[in-house]
Amino acid sequence: MKNRALFGTKFAKVFGRAWLVGGFLFLYLPMVALMVFSFNHSRLASRWGGFSLEWYRKLADDTEIINGLWLSLKIAVTSATGSVILGTMAAFTLVKYKRFRGRTFFSGMVNAPLVMPEVIQGLSLLLMMVAIQRVIGFPERGFFTIWLGHLMIGMSYAAVVVQARLQDLNPQLEEAAMDLGARPWQVFTLVTFPMITQSLISAWLLTFSLSLDDVVSSAFLSGPGATTMPLVIFSRARLGLDPSVNAVATVMIVVVAVCVAAASIWVARAERRRAAEISAAQRDDA
Amino acid sequence: MEASDKKATWRPSWWRGRTAVIGVPYFWLLLFFLAPFLIVANYSVSEMGAIRAEDISSVSEGAIRLVMKYTNYQRLLPTQDTLYLYAYWASIKYAFVTTFFCLLIGYPFAYFMARAKQSLQPTLLMLVMLPFWTSFLLRVYAWKGLLDEGGWVASLITGTHFDKVLVLMGAIEVPGQLMHTTFSLIIGMTYTYLPFMILPLYANLSKMDLRLLEAASDLGATPWVAFWRVTVPLSKAGIVAGSMLVFIPCVGEYVTPDLLGGPSTLMIGRVIWDENFNNNDPPMAAAVAVVLVLLIVVPLAYFNKYQAEAQEARK
Repeated sequence: MKNRALFGTKFAKVFGRAWLVGGFLFLYLPMVALMVFSFNHSRLASRWGGFSLEWYRKLADDTEIINGLWLSLKIAVTSATGSVILGTMAAFTLVKYKRFRGRTFFSGMVNAPLVMPEVIQGLSLLLMMVAIQRVIGFPERGFFTIWLGHLMIGMSYAAVVVQARLQDLNPQLEEAAMDLGARPWQVFTLVTFPMITQSLISAWLLTFSLSLDDVVSSAFLSGPGATTMPLVIFSRARLGLDPSVNAVATVMIVVVAVCVAAASIWVARAERRRAAEISAAQRDDA
Repeated sequence: MEASDKKATWRPSWWRGRTAVIGVPYFWLLLFFLAPFLIVANYSVSEMGAIRAEDISSVSEGAIRLVMKYTNYQRLLPTQDTLYLYAYWASIKYAFVTTFFCLLIGYPFAYFMARAKQSLQPTLLMLVMLPFWTSFLLRVYAWKGLLDEGGWVASLITGTHFDKVLVLMGAIEVPGQLMHTTFSLIIGMTYTYLPFMILPLYANLSKMDLRLLEAASDLGATPWVAFWRVTVPLSKAGIVAGSMLVFIPCVGEYVTPDLLGGPSTLMIGRVIWDENFNNNDPPMAAAVAVVLVLLIVVPLAYFNKYQAEAQEARK
């Protein structure tokens, strides 16, 4: 046992721990720095010049950021919802229907957006929208086109998340429901859906945050008057360091941290309740 | 009898439902994923200002003929303009270097994570995934502050005179000047994609059968030999998956080079953007994009083949 792994020795243990700590430092240092410098009095976002809440005060009056945030939230909520619906259908298709014409092609198309550079997806949707607009005068570049771009990427991510869960399901439960006379739609709403709810929520949160954060495809697909928050931040960050960006970042990090914590507590509680219900039901049977 | 009646009325609705479940996402993908690609392909063989469906094919005397204008592709050749070749080369080079550093940092990280106390592992995993939930744009922007003159990391590097080493390595040009260099670009991309390397490696390494190491040790292998000849070969699938997840998006990266890179680090994503918006030349942008897709398809095909083989081997 003493010679089991390279890392049984004392030195290796210390080295391993140091590597992990160093790695986490690398991953978290930028986020800490972002937050710290949002309270910086100096305009220079790399040097400390005393504590101040100045940038938060300015943020409250920053209509560009606030309008951008509002637009981003609207796009994120609608595109995440659409992504989860389409992604679930795609996942369901890939898991449940093993044989239909063009299945390989379909699975390729579902997975391709995960590896395709966003620059290409943005450009291709843009060129198509421009071509369509030239013919029928619709759609204007703006909310709709950005939404569509986010939906395309989100759908693939949602499909992957939901697919993983569907594959783990015990098919006997659905078969039992069908044997008891449930219609396919009833099987889905009464049996499948409750079992995959957690993965639907994770897929929604994932696609929501992807959309809220997206720069590249939004930049290609946005039009005049439709500037999402990441686009505002990106254009300011390009010009140089800007403490207002740090203030936005801190607000976002805190909001996301609270939401992720709340969501995971909620999911854990729902799981526990489900487990309790199942065991109660089993007791009743016995 | 009743049962079969029921089945007869039941089946069509089931099939209609099935068709809808398959059809809706299928149609959607054809319309908004495949069609835009075909349009890009069509643009790429079109002349500026005259883009019609006839550019790619024309019907003459009842036969469909492919008519393509390769001028956009000819312009990609280094004989006409070396910019494109340099940009493709830079994209591949930086993606490769980033993958290398991600592996260098990520492999030991994933290894120690997988060998950490069992009760600690979910927390460690959470900590790796948590940065995903905060904006990637903001995390990249943060490096601007860290690497700018007087920033935390910049002070550390100039304080330890590591910047002189970086000059020797060719990662920066002037000591003390860290931003808008190859160095800042690589550090930003490594930072962004590190979790993509760690997660598949961790998934792979945590599943490894530790008894194999005991067997190696019983057979006289030193821990170091056992690591290189047992652990590393067994984690090959994780290494390949992680490398692909880092390399492929890095080639088309746009945001990080724009924020952290400099004039010397022009990558292909930027070129596509510039052709489309600054030069107002969508056909050229489309041609650049088509070649980029072809460049990405090659490693991807290898990856798919490798995975298929690995799956076969498992059976």
